[in-house]
Amino acid sequence: MIGAIDHGLRLIGSRVVDGIWKIGAASRFAGTILLRSGMSFRRLQLTLDEVYFTGVLSLVIIVVSGLFVGLVLGLQGYETLKRYGSAEALGTLVALSLVRELGPVVAALLFASRAGSAITAKIGIMKSTEQLSAMEMMAVDPYARVLAPIFWGGTISMPLLAAIFSAFGVFGGYLIGVVIIGVDSGAFWSQMQASVDLWNDVMNGVIKSAVFGVAVTLIALFEGFDAPPTAEGVSYAVTRTVVTSALAILALDFVLTSFMFTGV
Amino acid sequence: MTSSPLVELADVEFSYAARPILKGINMRFPKGKVVAIMGGSGCGKTTILRLIGGQIKATRGRVTVAGESVDALSHADLYAMRRRMGMLFQFGALFTDLTVFENVAFPLREHTKLPESVVRDLVLMKLHAVGLRGAAALKPSELSGGMARRVALARAISLDPMLMMYDEPFTGLDPISLGIIANLIRRLNDALGATSVLVTHDVEASFKIVDYVYLVAAGVIVAEGTPDEIRDSSEPLVKQFVRGEADGPVGFHYPGTSYPEDFGLPGVPK
Amino acid sequence: MKRTTVDLWVGVFVTGGLIALLILALKVGNASSVSATDGYRVFAEFDNIGGLKPRAPVKSAGVVVGRVESIGFDNKKFLARVTLLVDKKYQFPTDSSASILTAGLLGEQYIGLDGGGEEVMLKDGEQMKLTQSAMVLEKLIGRFFASKAAEGPSSQE
Repeated sequence: MIGAIDHGLRLIGSRVVDGIWKIGAASRFAGTILLRSGMSFRRLQLTLDEVYFTGVLSLVIIVVSGLFVGLVLGLQGYETLKRYGSAEALGTLVALSLVRELGPVVAALLFASRAGSAITAKIGIMKSTEQLSAMEMMAVDPYARVLAPIFWGGTISMPLLAAIFSAFGVFGGYLIGVVIIGVDSGAFWSQMQASVDLWNDVMNGVIKSAVFGVAVTLIALFEGFDAPPTAEGVSYAVTRTVVTSALAILALDFVLTSFMFTGV
Repeated sequence: MTSSPLVELADVEFSYAARPILKGINMRFPKGKVVAIMGGSGCGKTTILRLIGGQIKATRGRVTVAGESVDALSHADLYAMRRRMGMLFQFGALFTDLTVFENVAFPLREHTKLPESVVRDLVLMKLHAVGLRGAAALKPSELSGGMARRVALARAISLDPMLMMYDEPFTGLDPISLGIIANLIRRLNDALGATSVLVTHDVEASFKIVDYVYLVAAGVIVAEGTPDEIRDSSEPLVKQFVRGEADGPVGFHYPGTSYPEDFGLPGVPK
Repeated sequence: MKRTTVDLWVGVFVTGGLIALLILALKVGNASSVSATDGYRVFAEFDNIGGLKPRAPVKSAGVVVGRVESIGFDNKKFLARVTLLVDKKYQFPTDSSASILTAGLLGEQYIGLDGGGEEVMLKDGEQMKLTQSAMVLEKLIGRFFASKAAEGPSSQE
């Protein structure tokens, strides 16, 4: 009995210590990447290649999902608003929920599962096949040459992806609301424009998605870099990237929202 | 063994998380020679290469390369030194998203500002040296194990290094590829005027091409000498290793409780 | 050759993203709102601002002419001090009045400006003299009952 309690306490203790160790290691890792980012800008081609890898390759899923989320918002929103006789506010509802919340958050979740997992797999494989080690022995710093460009590529891609997601979502809402259901087009756009503010809503959404981009890319890089150099280790690391990123996105979203939209 | 050594390890100790890997190693790698570090799996051979390359730092002792202490170098100086080193990794470690040509061109593009035509000529020369000029456009996934290692060799020599390191270059190769690689290691060393360090446990292949052998076991050097001296050694451990005997000083059985004890027969004498 | 296709796609992606941002800014949001560079500030003091928030619209005859920049509290006069940022395009006479109004029954609160008859126009940093506070439901109800009580006996006569 006492043995079991003792064992349990030890387990909790070691988990906590492991967690704190990992936070420390990840912070140091992030710092090293930032310090060695010079090459990412001197040789912009490296970063552009990673914008392709993280951004362009995520484009299809972002566009399709954005469109469908907009369509669903349009349908559901119309059904609800109709009961209060304010179907014209559909534009406001679709635009505000997309620009403030769904755009950044859903796009970031998709980004984590499409680009984040790909980054972890790429880095994990490069590490387990000693490609990073080989680079180091060729006197090429893997932090500067591989990790930092991916970091900046992901950080640049994420806000653009979120904006594309929101724009297609609004278009989806317009398709359902105006083209199919027949809400007045003028009311749809004017109500939207009257209530969506450039700084409060659009820019805050951009800031959110930039923060998510930094978080997801760093998590993906760290998990890949930290993965045990085996096939099993890399596959677990990919799973961890998606799970950790999703939790980080939702937690950060809560924190950022409470800062941004308190209405004070 | 009279010329001054290019690489020297003096009383080097290394521990990984309080577990000692190397316990007081003294080695000298003279210029122009091919020296093998041999020993069983997990005896710390690869650790020695990583120490020379500065990827890890010795817990105690000194590692000197071309007169400079690797441990004391700054980040920038260490990277400057590595430009003059080439390393062949166990499975080649080619960049999987680049073609053979781009792999060999990688160090040239990173460290020099040579015009594209010169890069092209140099890469084709290096590929020709390993007999794979025709494979320049292939991707690493299209190569056999032996070919991948030859490409990696071409990449390692693309900056004409003064020191070549080979980490298990013979593992998992068919006899023909193995012969080609062994031959290349010796020929390239002599052609480049370089010094080579060869980490391996393949006695047959390496004894044909090396000048000197260090035999490492459990973190210490148990024997050293020319291949002939090692072969004729009467030391039981050396004999076991060279002849590949199943039992000897290195036991066949993993240490544990005795055989009868595990079957609940305590009375049976061992 | 491969480089140029990658670059092309990155170009398409970045332009597409920026266009999406532009659409969100111009078509979805209202980028035309007043910024600090092309507006002037006037102050107004209110007994009670109700639920007025910074960045709430300032309207005149229903047209948005500016925004509430900040809300403070004057500890000497015990009044709320509201800073309005009004678009340069719109000029108001010095005797204009500011009142806190509500959009619809339960909507957001905003400031309504009613133009006066003076020749002189409000300048940057000036204070508006005529203000009308927000309606507070409790006071309204209280006043209603008070008037009912006052007129109650007289109607029985």
